[in-house]
Amino acid sequence: MSKQAFSGLSLIWRGLNRHRGWQNQWRKAIPKHRYDAIIIGGGGHGLGAAYYLAREHRLTNIAVLEKGWIGGGNTGRNTTIIRSNYLFNESAALYDHSLKMWENLSQVLNYNVMFSARGVMMLAHTVHDVQTSKRHIHANRCNGVDNEWLEPEQAKEFCPLLNIGDNIRYPVLGAALQRRGGTARHDAVAWGYARAADALGVDIIENCEVTGIRCDAHGVAALETTRGVIESRKVGVSAAGHSSVVLGMAGVKLPLESFPLQALVSEPIKPVFPCVVMSNTIHAYISQSDKGELVIGAGTDAYTSYTQRGALHINMHTLDAVCELFPTFRRLRMLRNWGGIVDVTPDRSPIIAKTPVPGLYVNCGWGTGGFKATPGSAHLFAWTMAHDEPHPINAPFTIERFRDGYLIDEAAAAAVAH
Amino acid sequence: MRPRQPPWLTEGAPVLLIPCPYCGDRPEIEFTHGGQAHLVRPARPADLDDQAWAEFLYMRSNTKGVHAERWRHARGCGQFFNALRDTTTDHFLAVYKSGTPRPAT
Repeated sequence: MSKQAFSGLSLIWRGLNRHRGWQNQWRKAIPKHRYDAIIIGGGGHGLGAAYYLAREHRLTNIAVLEKGWIGGGNTGRNTTIIRSNYLFNESAALYDHSLKMWENLSQVLNYNVMFSARGVMMLAHTVHDVQTSKRHIHANRCNGVDNEWLEPEQAKEFCPLLNIGDNIRYPVLGAALQRRGGTARHDAVAWGYARAADALGVDIIENCEVTGIRCDAHGVAALETTRGVIESRKVGVSAAGHSSVVLGMAGVKLPLESFPLQALVSEPIKPVFPCVVMSNTIHAYISQSDKGELVIGAGTDAYTSYTQRGALHINMHTLDAVCELFPTFRRLRMLRNWGGIVDVTPDRSPIIAKTPVPGLYVNCGWGTGGFKATPGSAHLFAWTMAHDEPHPINAPFTIERFRDGYLIDEAAAAAVAH
Repeated sequence: MRPRQPPWLTEGAPVLLIPCPYCGDRPEIEFTHGGQAHLVRPARPADLDDQAWAEFLYMRSNTKGVHAERWRHARGCGQFFNALRDTTTDHFLAVYKSGTPRPAT
């Protein structure tokens, strides 16, 4: 591990010394001429992939290229909800692989990612919701994923501020609860992976935008960047909303469309909200951060865009739903809102795969739900890059599934807020 | 006299104006987005192989920059039309009727 391991003792010791002597968490690396593997995109998924390549696959000469700053993209812009209650076997395996890694990620990275398994409760408002929720619960249990049905009174017991009265447009008829779900601190995930990867020798190069991909007869050969040409025979693209743009440089077309996804937070208040509540039917999800802000989000904006901002009426629609479910929050002020660019596939399932260009790999299509998958996705992407073939868990998540008709169609059937 | 209310409670949310070629500038919430324009359905579907079908059904340009796309004035005149929009700024550069070629920019 790095020279400044974190522990309670080290914190007390530094505190006694007025917190002098803390070092940078990672080096400001200068790009080398050549790397054994390069990851494009310094978010949680990219940094994590570099970390697992170095730790589990013993590659030492690795770089992560980030066009802005570490964790400044969707890793720093999401609502930090973690769950694995997906309907299909392929998705359940993928997201539960990730959830299991969240549970000891702080210990593995020696960095507190503040994972809190406070429970994710998904509300049902119609008879159809109740039926699909119960179907999900049964499917999840068959896959070893915990999920349970709550009657409205039990839901209110779990989240006391919830309005289960019949005075709202879509009364709460019950809820599905995944107790192992929860939240984590998004920035800490990026910083923790960056620090741990750096300690293993990975070069993290910020302010370095890829402007071209050079290929030859053997596949990918080099990257043109704003900081010069960097050679590598193994390149992983983990560029979220810009995946189409980056892979377009190598002539690879993807079944993606990029939309803004907005979130907003309230002013900070005392702890009042013990869990995560989601409602797909009336479009809202909400949790409370450890700072005290209520973190609120919903579905994507209505049209494709790369602007990292969205329309205000989308947020208002979300707040309408939040105020109906939690009348107490009507008097709260919203502190700030923002948007991130999410890459959405037609079946709302990700792509972690090889591309038609040898040596070029892609991890994209996470759409509105990539944060929860960060450790698992990074781990499987690193495996795929190291072995030049997919891990059994991500084997179904190819680009070719759109050609072959093996869609993993979470869009229509999953407990996913779109 | 009614108490004065903040404008967002009385006038609706501020929105982008979209120039419908039939109705003129109208607020964004009257429109639905129809995705990439100029995707032509294959004339002889039976001749297509799986890869060609995947291209037609799923692969999209996802352009960062000027994007030709379909819109429908769903809560207005109901007409479909095409537009050129810069996806890095959301500015509309041109609108034109369905079936006509993409204008030069």
